Amino acid sequence: MAPIIEFRDVTKVFPGPQGEIRAVDGVSLAVEKGEIFGVIGYSGAGKSTLVRLINGLERVTSGQLLVDGDDVAALSERQLEVKRRDIGMIFQQFNLFSSRTVAGNVAFPLKVAGWPKADRDRRIAELLDFVGLLDRAHSYPDQLSGGQKQRVGIARALAAQPKILLADESTSALDPQTTQDVLRLLKKVNDELGVTIVVITHELEVVRSIADRVAVLEGGRVAEQGSVFDIFTNPRADVTQRFVSTVVHDRPRGAVLDRLQRTHRGRIVTATVTDGARLGATLASAGELGVTFEIVYGGIGTLQDQSFGSLTLALDGAEADVDALVGRLRAITPIEEAR
Amino acid sequence: MSALLPAAGEFEWSFHGPKLVEALGETLYMVSATLLIGGLLGLVLGVALYTTRRGGLLANRGVFGVLNLLVNIFRPIPFLILLMIIAPVTVAMIGTRLGSTAMIVPLSFAATFGVSRIVEQNLVAIDPGVIEAARATGATRWRIVTTLLVPEALGPLILGYTFVFVAIVDMSALAGTLDGGGLGAFALDYGYKRWNFAVVWITVIVIIGLVQLAQTLGNRASRRVLRR
Repeated sequence: MAPIIEFRDVTKVFPGPQGEIRAVDGVSLAVEKGEIFGVIGYSGAGKSTLVRLINGLERVTSGQLLVDGDDVAALSERQLEVKRRDIGMIFQQFNLFSSRTVAGNVAFPLKVAGWPKADRDRRIAELLDFVGLLDRAHSYPDQLSGGQKQRVGIARALAAQPKILLADESTSALDPQTTQDVLRLLKKVNDELGVTIVVITHELEVVRSIADRVAVLEGGRVAEQGSVFDIFTNPRADVTQRFVSTVVHDRPRGAVLDRLQRTHRGRIVTATVTDGARLGATLASAGELGVTFEIVYGGIGTLQDQSFGSLTLALDGAEADVDALVGRLRAITPIEEAR
Repeated sequence: MSALLPAAGEFEWSFHGPKLVEALGETLYMVSATLLIGGLLGLVLGVALYTTRRGGLLANRGVFGVLNLLVNIFRPIPFLILLMIIAPVTVAMIGTRLGSTAMIVPLSFAATFGVSRIVEQNLVAIDPGVIEAARATGATRWRIVTTLLVPEALGPLILGYTFVFVAIVDMSALAGTLDGGGLGAFALDYGYKRWNFAVVWITVIVIIGLVQLAQTLGNRASRRVLRR
């Protein structure tokens, strides 16, 4: 099946005081129908521009951008206006209409799409129920908390039953608890309504929570892309490694490592854990080699329903025996030696 | 002070009273008609300035340049001078340059340009993210301009129009001195020219009351709009 969104060598150039700025620079990537696709990057990496190219809020300078069958780079503003009805968008600062009630905000895209009043009212109730704000229909945005505002934002974005939802730093202005609530809601939107979601964020935690695949953006280019599991377990680009190290704290470094080496006999090695059973079986063979092992550091969680983490072990025994055990471990998983 | 305010004259209710009421009526007539006509034209001009400026919804350098120049030319002209310049237009439209109705022409003309800047300033303060959110729903620019812009800026706009109301009262008093009638003419004819300061001061008190009332109503309305 053809991807629902496909960037083909897309570039976006802004004129600037010191010459032109290439905000998006030769990006090619594909978002499959029904998935949650993350785009992560530091501020200034071009992610906000990238997402705005999809619904034509920013126009493509060169390249092709296919969105559900149309090359949006080639559409006129009028054609884009129609196209945007199929693409919802939510924002970091929510961007609700302060002059309209919650129901009024959700009604706006429905009026744009020409829904009759009775259908609008039914749809508004349905959406507010979906996001859990049915009792706030007549409140104004100023009377809501941040999390509630984003729920209204999501209801408004989904109002006209779009196929795609663009989320631009949609949780960056929220506290951790509210962030989790909103992410759960986005996951529900994806699961229950089958809406394809593009999540723009600078927080890897967001990608880890809900995305299926991710592209890492740096300087307007895609530094790396792949499944979230691959990006986490095997980050290749420097920028990806920096991101991953901010959320994965299961490897001992610096002073912690020094202390482990002082207080434990033998070699300190860190094993990446993606398959706990195989690692356990291999370690069980330590006894027959005459090596004792002690788990001294580490953590294991799950990522996309797979185990993911690392264990740091102190291996004590004759040098040749320890070498043999390390060799067996290396055969099943990446091993990092502390020296 | 007492030398400047001789006890010359008195406010005689039986004589001055009905004339004051009539003058107040003329002022209210001029001011409300001006607020309506100038307020509406100024709103259109202000929205046009805001939407055609660089980065605006209907950004258009040429149109913005012309409108901006037009406002910059007419707005600084002192009202007294403007009134004279406009006189031929007034006569062509109303048939005379005298009286309250005729005064509405130059008053509305001046108000249009003043209001346009106030509208423009308040629209600029709208969060661009809100406009972006509206565009993202697929709304046409025309729909955004006609249904979203003014409601989003309504609170500050009400305060802006209250300010304009007071300015129009001021201009109408001046207009009154050039055969326009109203409170300005009353204070001039029955007060100042006859050295009757009681009449001048009573007129001042009425104007202060009028302005206070307008400001109070304006504040209250904008607060109500903003509190939601």
